[in-house]
Amino acid sequence: MKNNSRNEAVDVMVSMHQPEEATLKKYVIGFVGSLVLTFSAYLLTQYGAMNKPVMVIILAVLALSQFVLQLVYFLHVGKEFSPRLKLLVTIFMVMIVFILVAGSIWIMNNLNGRMMTHSNMVKYMNSQDGL
Amino acid sequence: MSEAAGELKITNELIAKYDKDTKTVFGFWVYLMTDCVLFASLFAVFAVLRHNTYGGPTAQNLFSLPYVMLETMALLTSSFTAGLALLSAQRKRLKHTLFWFGVTFTLGLTFLVLELAEFSRFVAQGDSWRRSGFLSSYFTLVGTHGLHITIGLIWMIVMMVFILKRGLNDTTLKRIRMLSLFWHFLDVVWIFIFTIVYLFGVLGV
Repeated sequence: MKNNSRNEAVDVMVSMHQPEEATLKKYVIGFVGSLVLTFSAYLLTQYGAMNKPVMVIILAVLALSQFVLQLVYFLHVGKEFSPRLKLLVTIFMVMIVFILVAGSIWIMNNLNGRMMTHSNMVKYMNSQDGL
Repeated sequence: MSEAAGELKITNELIAKYDKDTKTVFGFWVYLMTDCVLFASLFAVFAVLRHNTYGGPTAQNLFSLPYVMLETMALLTSSFTAGLALLSAQRKRLKHTLFWFGVTFTLGLTFLVLELAEFSRFVAQGDSWRRSGFLSSYFTLVGTHGLHITIGLIWMIVMMVFILKRGLNDTTLKRIRMLSLFWHFLDVVWIFIFTIVYLFGVLGV
């Protein structure tokens, strides 16, 4: 009797914290979905004949879909009860990563545009010669 | 009266223990998110340096997509089997857990061997990290991921020995949850390496 009620209490606790966090169905959905997305990206790159900007957008969408799919079905993000700290930390990470990567690319492309090409540099150096 | 009070105490202790374990796993999740920042920096460096080949090979000359696809399949399947290992552990099936961790380890090792073979082929051709800015950033980014995989594989061996010695109690289950999180996380990072480094590289973006 004593043991029974104790086990029940623990079961309730577990189900409260992890609303069926990991199930076989979820892993199968995540795995099959990832396989489909990966193969689509691979086959499009190998055999697709579209122009580059369209391909980049399609591949980026496929990668981001797989990212979200794996976060939800493999890593169980957003499946907990509130306060949803795990979800919050994850969204914060996505924001930081976006700022870091997009910001770096933006700044460095801008710098490349402002920098001289090699031939212009030689011309400039020669014009300064003898000063 | 006293029996009820004692029971309440035990229940509270169990709840406190469960809360502590959940917090530990959450703390590990926060570590993984900070690890993302490390990878994001390396991705940014790669994105900036990807065209700086300095007369060396470009991504289009260097990468073979079918080979990379093989690596990707090994890692993706191992991520799935790591999930199955956690599932078996939660259902207290010791042999199933060990079996699925064994499968995950084998697939992870396959991935690592394929990656190292690719690296050594590049180095043997004279296309090592010293060749160009593109190759330096490539080796740093993909190599850091490979280092994480190596650590994950070592952790997995330790985990299997631990399960064999102590069985599937609360402590081992907590650690298995963290290990499976780590392994899924590495597959998530690989989605972006696969797309940005290899697919975009072969397209010549």
